[in-house]
Amino acid sequence: MIKFFLMVNKQGQTRLSRYYEHVEINKRTMLEAEVIKNCLSRSKDQCSFIEYKDFKLVYRQYAALFVVVGIDQTENEMAVYELIHNFVEVLDKYFSRVSELDVSFSVSEIRL
Amino acid sequence: MPAPIRLRELIRTIRTARTQAEEREMIQKECAAIRSSFREEDNTYRCRNVAKLLYMHMLGYPAHFGQLECLKLIASQKFTDKRIGYLGAMLLLDERQDVHLLMTNCIKNDLNHSTQYVQGLALCTLGCMGSSEMCRDLAGEVEKLLKTSNSYLRKKAALCAVHVIRKVPELMEMFLPATKNLLNEKNHGVLHTSVVLLTEMCERSPDMLAHFRKVRQLSSSQLVPQLVRILKNLIMSGYSPEHDVSGISDPFLQVRILRLLRILGRNDDDSSEAMNDILAQVATNTETSKNVGNAILYETVLTIMDIKSESGLRVLAINILGRFLLNNDKNIRYVALTSLLKTVQTDHNAVQRHRSTIVDCLKDLDVSIKRRAMELSFALVNGNNVRGMMKELLYFLDSCEPEFKADCASGIFLAAEKYAPSKRWHIDTIMRVLTTAGSYVRDDAVPNLIQLITNSVEMHAYTVQRLYKAILGDYSQQPLVQVASWCIGEYGDLLVSGQCEEEEPIQVTEDEVLDILESVLISNMSASVTRGYALTAIMKLSTRFTCTVNRIKKVVSIYGSSIDVELQQRAVEYNALFKKYDHMRPALLERMPVMEKVTTNGPTEIVQTNGETEPAVLETKPPPSELQPASQEDDLLDLLGGTDITPVIPTAPTRKPASPGGELLDLLGDLNLTGSPVPAPAPQIAQPPFLLDGLTSPPLFNDVAAGIPSITAYNKNGLKIDFTFERSNTNPSVTVITIQASNSTELDMTDFVFQAAVPKTFQLQLLSPSSSVIPAFNSGTITQVIKVLNPQKQQLRMRIKLTYNHKGSAMQDLAEVNNFPPQSWQ
Repeated sequence: MIKFFLMVNKQGQTRLSRYYEHVEINKRTMLEAEVIKNCLSRSKDQCSFIEYKDFKLVYRQYAALFVVVGIDQTENEMAVYELIHNFVEVLDKYFSRVSELDVSFSVSEIRL
Repeated sequence: MPAPIRLRELIRTIRTARTQAEEREMIQKECAAIRSSFREEDNTYRCRNVAKLLYMHMLGYPAHFGQLECLKLIASQKFTDKRIGYLGAMLLLDERQDVHLLMTNCIKNDLNHSTQYVQGLALCTLGCMGSSEMCRDLAGEVEKLLKTSNSYLRKKAALCAVHVIRKVPELMEMFLPATKNLLNEKNHGVLHTSVVLLTEMCERSPDMLAHFRKVRQLSSSQLVPQLVRILKNLIMSGYSPEHDVSGISDPFLQVRILRLLRILGRNDDDSSEAMNDILAQVATNTETSKNVGNAILYETVLTIMDIKSESGLRVLAINILGRFLLNNDKNIRYVALTSLLKTVQTDHNAVQRHRSTIVDCLKDLDVSIKRRAMELSFALVNGNNVRGMMKELLYFLDSCEPEFKADCASGIFLAAEKYAPSKRWHIDTIMRVLTTAGSYVRDDAVPNLIQLITNSVEMHAYTVQRLYKAILGDYSQQPLVQVASWCIGEYGDLLVSGQCEEEEPIQVTEDEVLDILESVLISNMSASVTRGYALTAIMKLSTRFTCTVNRIKKVVSIYGSSIDVELQQRAVEYNALFKKYDHMRPALLERMPVMEKVTTNGPTEIVQTNGETEPAVLETKPPPSELQPASQEDDLLDLLGGTDITPVIPTAPTRKPASPGGELLDLLGDLNLTGSPVPAPAPQIAQPPFLLDGLTSPPLFNDVAAGIPSITAYNKNGLKIDFTFERSNTNPSVTVITIQASNSTELDMTDFVFQAAVPKTFQLQLLSPSSSVIPAFNSGTITQVIKVLNPQKQQLRMRIKLTYNHKGSAMQDLAEVNNFPPQSWQ
């Protein structure tokens, strides 16, 4: 099951966040900061799946933006990896050559 | 009031903020503006304000005051308002707030709206955050929408149904008739969501699962063939632009179907047979050059492993995994290692073939891969390859990150214990681990090693020589120093006399040995536990060494006034030994007898649960270690049980120092050092709590009191529980009860949990049961061991609580057991 879906940039600013389980609001920022720290410290040729607390993070980097999805054990990691790419492609089509600015300004559209 | 700014303006302003404080200021100002606008009940700009509020919520600021506004927006007629209102509801509201119930009526109306987009919005929101009350009220509407012809709505309704089932499992039957036609759709969206719905139903309820496996519908065929047909179409069909992802047609749907097939085929031969062909086809036809293909193959492999597939298929699956391992892409290797971990239990030989690749992965740079490779390597070690594997693992231990060292060290110890080809090799390996990763070794490994060393009698000289050499240079690694000082204390005479067959004997004088031990004592790097070991070792040497007894006496008396209470206590006791009980000293400080070799309790192989193997490795380590102090004391008590004089003192110095000093204090509290003999029963009463705390494996008692009749403690509803008793002659306050639970009904009882409570004067310890399923018709039993400590010899009484699943429902029962035979507690 997917626990959360985040798009965070390299400076740690959250551009998009969607939680599928209840997480306290102050814990959210902490969670996002830790997650992005984990992802930033990885090099290019390391694998995209990290084990964090009791779930896995699947992340993918697109220019300066990280898309991170938190999943639990029952989910197929590679399928989620593909899902991330699919999502980005959809955004690309929608905004025609999407960039980080598009993501930050059209929050509600992306959410729905 | 001027019109509130638009969302974009807000975002632009926030982006210009340089510091966190500036951002907070801007947000607070805007929040205040929004709040006053809400108070004015401004309809036109409400949606803009709520949108801004949602943005601020995403950044992490509190936004709960907008909840009611969201509700007002939902109730409005404009689509833009509804849109933002539902979005806000999904983000800000959940079942914890009471306000959400007000939404129910709105959602109900919107579910019947004329525009499909509004209906879609309502379904989304319900599926996202609907509470159980809302779901109960609206399930009927959702079910109706599941049957419409509009595919946009059907897929949303299916997802909403999934959420409803999760919240209120009883409503599952309501959706059953609607699912019959779901798979006949052409639209992939609807197919995908229906497969999700079916998956959820099958996972939640075994009845549903049975229903789906067997049902024969009038017009269409069974579920499994239907799924197989859909999957086949997906693979065989040519290029279809709307579903194509890098050359493969709708991989997401393929993966979902494979997962559902996995659930259907688990433990079921017929379904598995129907799937064999299609699985083989997918496995061979999928392109592996892109990640997409690999994702599908991964899911296929998992499915093959889980169902009752034929062996050819399994070999195919493991070969695919082997191919993954050789791939350059890290993700794929990681995934392969994870799945191999899951399958190594069942298909051990097949995985062995890939051993060399796995060992290579140990050298990978990536942390996740290294961890997986390490776990898998431990699972693959067996009698044949242990030397080679151990070499690789030791090399890995040298170079890996600190977080791995502890786990690696424990794993190596376990493997070495099970498969050591010779004692010398075993000791060498342990020495190597201690010297390379000494400070990361777990504390409970030390007593294990000590026991091992004691048992390999012929290796004593060799061992002590090597240990001595190891700590000569460097005595900062605590476990190493502890083991070394213990050994030197025990076998110091062998060290000094210079006899060693295995290695070149080194010339060591008694003074040098004492030098080393004293420096350990003085050093700041030694933990207080280590110091305790060292002091005891020095004391033992007083009987083994001949010319340096005075020096030892001096050292011991210095520590009589040490600040560390533990050290002081020991020193004072040893002093007393020198002064008043010198005649006893040789007998007390005699060589330790060989300890009984104890097999580890429970499974020693690494248990796989979706890749989490660490916990099982850790759990098996404590049981053997805690046994050591018990057997030590047992033997010593036997040794000295005959003498009438203070037997408590000897147990103190030779007790494993790692146990908290508090226990020693308790013991000595009873003790009277002025010379009048403490009555012999005193130590026995003080002993048992520690004995029991240490004992976690099947009873050690060599002298079991025979002839206590067993009783039937409980016999109701087909469940019968028998108690059999064992008592030891060395420790009459401990009773060991073995329970056996049997089931005479026609259905198995699963998830059986046995709990017991005893009156306050007793102490109870429950060990883990043999399993949690009692098979039907008395064909098998569950055994569990209970230890009861009864120091005051009161009549044994027990209250038991049983919980188990029988015939699909959970059962629970409380009972009192009063019919214990008198021999069990007197």
